Amino acid sequence: MASLASVPEVDRQHEGVRSEALAAVILVAFLAAAPFMLYPVFVMKALCFALFACAFNLLIGYVGLLSFGHALFFGWASYLTAYAAQSWAMPPGIAIIIGTATAAALGIVAGLVAIRRQGIYFAMITLALAQMMYLVALRAKLTGGEDGIQLPSRGRLFGVFDLNNELTMYAFVAIVVLAALLLIYRIINSPFGEVLKAIRENELRCVSLGYRTERYKLVAFVLSATLAGLAGSLKAILFQLASLTDVHWTMSGEVVLMTLVGGLGTIFGPVVGAFFIVAMENYLAPFGQWVLVIQGIIFVACVLTFRRGIVGELAHWLRVKL
Amino acid sequence: MFEIFGIPSQALFGQLLLGLINGSFYALLSLGLAVIFGMLNIINFTHGAQYMMGAFLAYLLLHYLGIGYWAALVVVPILVGATGIVIERFLLQRLRGLDHLYGLLLTFGLALIIEGVFRNYYGANGQAYEMPDALTGGHNLGFMFLPNYRAWVIVFSLVVCFGTWFAIEQTRLGSYLRAATENPTLVRAFGINVPRMVTLTYGFGVGLAGLAGVMAAPIYNVSPQMGSDIIIVVFAVVVIGGMGSIMGAILTGFALGIVEGLTKVFFPEASSTVIFAIMIVVLLARPTGLFGRGI
Repeated sequence: MASLASVPEVDRQHEGVRSEALAAVILVAFLAAAPFMLYPVFVMKALCFALFACAFNLLIGYVGLLSFGHALFFGWASYLTAYAAQSWAMPPGIAIIIGTATAAALGIVAGLVAIRRQGIYFAMITLALAQMMYLVALRAKLTGGEDGIQLPSRGRLFGVFDLNNELTMYAFVAIVVLAALLLIYRIINSPFGEVLKAIRENELRCVSLGYRTERYKLVAFVLSATLAGLAGSLKAILFQLASLTDVHWTMSGEVVLMTLVGGLGTIFGPVVGAFFIVAMENYLAPFGQWVLVIQGIIFVACVLTFRRGIVGELAHWLRVKL
Repeated sequence: MFEIFGIPSQALFGQLLLGLINGSFYALLSLGLAVIFGMLNIINFTHGAQYMMGAFLAYLLLHYLGIGYWAALVVVPILVGATGIVIERFLLQRLRGLDHLYGLLLTFGLALIIEGVFRNYYGANGQAYEMPDALTGGHNLGFMFLPNYRAWVIVFSLVVCFGTWFAIEQTRLGSYLRAATENPTLVRAFGINVPRMVTLTYGFGVGLAGLAGVMAAPIYNVSPQMGSDIIIVVFAVVVIGGMGSIMGAILTGFALGIVEGLTKVFFPEASSTVIFAIMIVVLLARPTGLFGRGI
């Protein structure tokens, strides 16, 4: 059985770090230049989704768990962020922390339930849990139902930086997302990350070696949920809006698609996938419902012919680790 | 008229009936999922879209060709099953030997395509499908009013469910099917064309979804998102029941429909989430599901 995200290991100690460092430099350079070449809001949106996809990839790519319910963390974090900023008049920094903490708490609860099964059952359970919380969001007072929560202003970060200024907001989003990506990189390459990869390859063997795999999976799930929540919180401040779109199952599907297109189990794949999908949706917006069809076609095409994704193929072709 | 637990009998039995109707659809759909899972080892995410296709085909046949409900009940499952056979033969077959999750991703993509196409032409609004004349009206049973069509849905879906169970568990063809589920290589060695059996099984499972769609058309609005609304609930049903057993899928489907109906009477605000809550409890108490075996 071919594992879902088995990346060929190519002398990873030396080659790997060098190619990854080079790719990281390119990413930082791109982000530094991007606001002057592209529409900043577009780049910021893509960055939020990039973080979301990287958080999702932490589970599918490195533990082999396909979550079909990550909108739960993304969407509820954005609700709590917007709610804290509006109803409690919290500054954006604190509001984002509240949203992210909400996602972490939800991650603990959902994780305890979902990690009891694997494979397709895990996917169905996460989807069902997310749908349950979507239905709660639809009814709850806190979320504003169909209207969502709108923020009159993005607020001032630390009381100093006015986030309503596009470039200030851009710098804030870029720094937070890059820091989070670095954190994910460190997690993956830590001893903890090695155990996660071992669980992906052969869970029973890990159990027989004495690892409590349930705990490792739960921690990975909570980390993934928390970082997905951070992405949702950032997006809420960015668009000054939290709405049902972000908790709907289509959002869970979208993050799967971004990761699949970019490359499952690669460091930079989800980032590239997120930019690709967000750009596509931007250009195809006038075509209305066809966006759904095109997303579906990309799904089918990726699964049938392009399973490594853009970055995975590139890494395979260049024989490096990305 | 009398009261039970302070609830008028009309309301209680009315909701119970609605629950039983929903349960019929849960049973038909989770049965199809279980049959497909048994042979192909994939979870068919397209199932909801194929159910929606069934309802839409019935609607289109009636409005453009004047073909009515009874004919649709036969024609539509065959048409939907045929599209399933094409999907299995040309797409799913190419995923053999890969991780099962790829099957999930592929069928999810197909579901998006099908739903997107219908949404593009019919928007998010529902289309009404007229009930067949023979089944309009209803009977007053004293303690409740029983519309004929709803009685028909329950009886007919019971017949289909138990017919399927009988065909798989008690006939020679079914024994081949079960044997191929256990050990496809050995069954092939006996000269049975297992790949064709897999294709036909997928077609049959999908046909069941199409049939459920036709039956749902006169009750619910025929709308493009009717499939994705129900399929996630059916996934929860499947997690609760476990996909190991056909009878398990049927019983869990009906039982959860009834539980949902009763919840609507006693705690209306929880009715849409009760099945998910039961799923959580079952997972914590018995992770393999009520009728499940292993992982």
